[in-house]
Amino acid sequence: MSRATLGWIVLGWVGFALLPWYGFDRYADPALSDYLVTGSGLVHGLREAWWLLPILAPLLMTLRPALSSSRQSDSTWLIASGALGLALIVIQGFSIGLNGWTTDILKTIFGEPGPSQAGMGYGAALTSTAFLIILCHGLAARGWCRGDAFVTSSIGLVIALIGIFVFFPVSAILASAFADNDGNLAPLEFVAKFTDRSIWGLDCLTSDLRCGVAWNTLFLGLLVGVGTTALGLAFALIATRTEFRYKKLLRVMSVLPIITPPFVIGLALILIFGRSGMLSTALWEWFGIPRSRWIYGLPGIFIAQLLAFTPIAFLVLIGVVQGISPTLEEASQTLRAKSWTTFLTVTLPLMRPGLANAFLLGFVESLADFGNPLVLGGNYEVLSTKIFFAVVGAQQDQGRAAVLSIILLAFTLGAFRLQHAWLGKKVYTTVTGKGDTGLALPLPRRVAMASCATAIPWAFFTLAVYVVIAIGAFVRSMGRDYTPTLEHFLTAFRIERTEWGLFFAGSAWDSFFATVKVAGVAAPLTAAVGLLTAYLLTRQRFSGQRAFEFGTLLSFAIPGTVVGVSYILAFNVPPIEITGTGFILVMCFVFRNMPVGVRAGIATLSQIDKSLDEASLTLGARSATTMHRVVLPLLRPAVVASLVYSFVRAMTAVSAVIFLVTAEYNMATTYIVGRVEAGEFGLAIAYSTALIFVMLLAIVAIQFLVGERRLGRRSSSASTGRAPVPAVSS
Amino acid sequence: MNQMTSPSTLPHAPASRKQAASVEFRNVTKRYGIVTAVSDVSFTIEPGQLVTLLGPSGCGKTTTLRMIAGLEMVSEGQILIGGKDVTHLSAADRDVSMVFQSYALFPHMSVLENVAYGPSVQGIPKKEAYAMAMEKLSLVGLNGLEKRAPSELSGGQQQRVAVARALVLEPQVLLFDEPLSNLDAKLRRRVREDIRELQQSLNLTVAYVTHDQEEALAVSDRIIVMSNARIAQTGTPRELYEEPADLFVADFIGDANILSGELVSVTGPLALVQTGGASLHLPHRGMRPGPVKLAVRPDAILIDEATSSSGAVAGRVRKASYLGTQIEYEVESPVGDLFVVQYGRKEPIAPGAQVSLAFAEGRGVAIIPSA
Repeated sequence: MSRATLGWIVLGWVGFALLPWYGFDRYADPALSDYLVTGSGLVHGLREAWWLLPILAPLLMTLRPALSSSRQSDSTWLIASGALGLALIVIQGFSIGLNGWTTDILKTIFGEPGPSQAGMGYGAALTSTAFLIILCHGLAARGWCRGDAFVTSSIGLVIALIGIFVFFPVSAILASAFADNDGNLAPLEFVAKFTDRSIWGLDCLTSDLRCGVAWNTLFLGLLVGVGTTALGLAFALIATRTEFRYKKLLRVMSVLPIITPPFVIGLALILIFGRSGMLSTALWEWFGIPRSRWIYGLPGIFIAQLLAFTPIAFLVLIGVVQGISPTLEEASQTLRAKSWTTFLTVTLPLMRPGLANAFLLGFVESLADFGNPLVLGGNYEVLSTKIFFAVVGAQQDQGRAAVLSIILLAFTLGAFRLQHAWLGKKVYTTVTGKGDTGLALPLPRRVAMASCATAIPWAFFTLAVYVVIAIGAFVRSMGRDYTPTLEHFLTAFRIERTEWGLFFAGSAWDSFFATVKVAGVAAPLTAAVGLLTAYLLTRQRFSGQRAFEFGTLLSFAIPGTVVGVSYILAFNVPPIEITGTGFILVMCFVFRNMPVGVRAGIATLSQIDKSLDEASLTLGARSATTMHRVVLPLLRPAVVASLVYSFVRAMTAVSAVIFLVTAEYNMATTYIVGRVEAGEFGLAIAYSTALIFVMLLAIVAIQFLVGERRLGRRSSSASTGRAPVPAVSS
Repeated sequence: MNQMTSPSTLPHAPASRKQAASVEFRNVTKRYGIVTAVSDVSFTIEPGQLVTLLGPSGCGKTTTLRMIAGLEMVSEGQILIGGKDVTHLSAADRDVSMVFQSYALFPHMSVLENVAYGPSVQGIPKKEAYAMAMEKLSLVGLNGLEKRAPSELSGGQQQRVAVARALVLEPQVLLFDEPLSNLDAKLRRRVREDIRELQQSLNLTVAYVTHDQEEALAVSDRIIVMSNARIAQTGTPRELYEEPADLFVADFIGDANILSGELVSVTGPLALVQTGGASLHLPHRGMRPGPVKLAVRPDAILIDEATSSSGAVAGRVRKASYLGTQIEYEVESPVGDLFVVQYGRKEPIAPGAQVSLAFAEGRGVAIIPSA
């Protein structure tokens, strides 16, 4: 019986006997005494909620191994009490709802309406967690996962969280795909919706008619996946392998689009290329080229998504390029391979996991993107917007939305499947425990040329887009009145000095503070859960691992609109009733953005020799310590990537949160969308500029706090190689 | 050197811990899905002994080592370290350290930080941990290199850092996973002697995995020969060499000529065996009269240019290689082609020459019991 197990048993009792079992009562005004003891599960159980009393049984069972210590039966008792406790809590939670029994069977047996209860609160959450951990500790004592309680508990916790915040909502919305509008099972209706011509039609090949929305989405996704991977690779190579003088600048510039709310890029593109855009006007006035609407549709979405998602590919690939052991390239050179051959046969194949990951991210991001198709789509329909309009549009057809999201899901999962087949079972370990001295090879000339030729014009284009955004924030009305002004900022961010202190009078402050708060909480959580999951997936072997991996990546495949609706469906009623809180926003962000952390973590971890962890374990460090002292320092690029990504996504996401925000927790993006709808472009762009600035600060802070990975390789400038020089200079 | 100031602050270790511990496997089986990597293996490593797990690749020796470390969990059976059941303990909870084949030095830490890692994760103050690390570094002769990054050391130096890091917690059992495989041949001999010396002077229990039989013979107190997930034979180097239990061991440990013979009669401990006209008195090793197999070491065949002596086998030299300290021959004979090593002769016998062959009865010839 370890001290940790004992602690969790105590916490289980605390959750049941002391903390309030139920969440906030919406009708009564709770006094402080309600929050301790009197609101606890035990007191409720003794008064009227008899269904809570059985939970005492597993809690009492935990006392047996806690008091006596006979090694052998300990694990059995722990497993039994943990499993029973969880089962009891789940069963009572799902069978008794706000309006009595939840299923027809129970109603007929015990009569209507039956007892009622509210959503679970802190007590229930703590007790459930304790049961889960106790169960996992029991399994560890049985020798699961090499007897490592940290590992089993992590697996259990991640599975439970994914179950609650991914599978539960998804099953809620998918259930409606097979149901008609009254909630009855209707498979035929599903088939009819699924085979609809507007989804699968191929008319654009033979005539002028439009193709099905599924083909549109797929085509766009492939284009964007290839494009972002190529551009990301070019940037990554320039940043790590060349003497290019402005690579720092390049790096900052390539990160800019990721910190931009997606529709802002769309807006900027319209301001440049639209019918009355700057460039179109100039071309018309100077060269007589007629204005056109070409930006609306595939070209516009494609350019906007390239701008938006190249940085993700860059962040993934830079870690991979840095991780490639120079020794391997040197080995190739000594085998008389020219630098071009080396690049083609050694460097590039070693980047395969990274390239595959980058492509996958670009593809999936493109499928799920909502803001850009909304702004720039024109007649080119994609699945995500189609789903949105099916839910909120005139049709209000949840079933159709669900069918469309099943198709979207199938595409994404197909991509993962392909990636797996392509990478195969090859080993890409390049950071081994054997110290490795070697200098990274300079890029072959033509690769360097090609990289610069693609990356630099793109960087200039990005710059142009941002100049337009910046100008837009400081002029009265873009396209019509170029008088410089600060009025947009004043409207949004005015601070008044009053006699009782500063008063944040600007209209944007509320949503700004809420956004920063939610993003600030969500980012570290996301990175932690994501990297922990990556660690479990790459470093541990347990049954059901594939299903586990699937579960962690599933949330990424679901477009934000669907996530938003599914969260509303799943979490608006007991047992888990959290809509309208900041918590649901945080959880939504954590599980939507976690897959990036998982992917980045896996890509980096698969390059780090497993025996490093094992060495740490045999030196008496537990898994948790090993994580902290050995794995995390080597994972720094992945930590930065996932922290930055999750913070930024939490600041810029629109699609999912548009369903979840409340007056109290209004997010910046939804506020900006509101301004756009009201036609206040200046204010919208000004607010976006402010957001971009805040995110820039955050990224610099994250880079600074996490620091860079030290691999102890010599840098190319240190010719003597005597002094230890930090390896990565970028 | 033996008097190491053991830090009594180690949380889970008793204060007086110069005691080496035994390692015991009881009917241990390890399966990966349908593949059985280790099948029903039992053995004991006595305290203070260096025991080698020897075998061809894929025989389960590394899996066995990793099960001692706790890096793999057994599917069936029990593991005891120092008489205590550790079967379900995780690697971090076992008082066992390991030197990895790849050394597994943490690339983001200096040499000193690497070595001090063990004590510092045990919660020992940094200063003390560094002192312990410095002591072990000087033990392996790496003074002055502690500030370097692992990548700035040579292969041999990195290996010594790995040893120092494994020693720093003064574990009950020290494990080596093919520690010499990344070193060049000259260095290999020196490092293996260093390891042996260290083991004896610190009185450590060591389990050592290798596929190199010469290395195993050189360093071990006892050798466990594994083949196809099972133990083929356990014994001292000499027992294995002189009394191989089966054909596999006879062939794997040292070179051996396998000859067919006829056991004629048993008198006391000895048996009379005839092979190719030669008669030999050998320990019978439980065999009854009838056909037997003999393992004959190359240096137990005495080669003579004079083709006369009775009771000898006639042969013809096919190849001869001059190796300085010895000369190696391939000889055709009625009992089969023989590999013969001859010491202390200046000039090799020319290929094609007729020779007579005799067997040294005292050593190097043995009946293989189970063949």
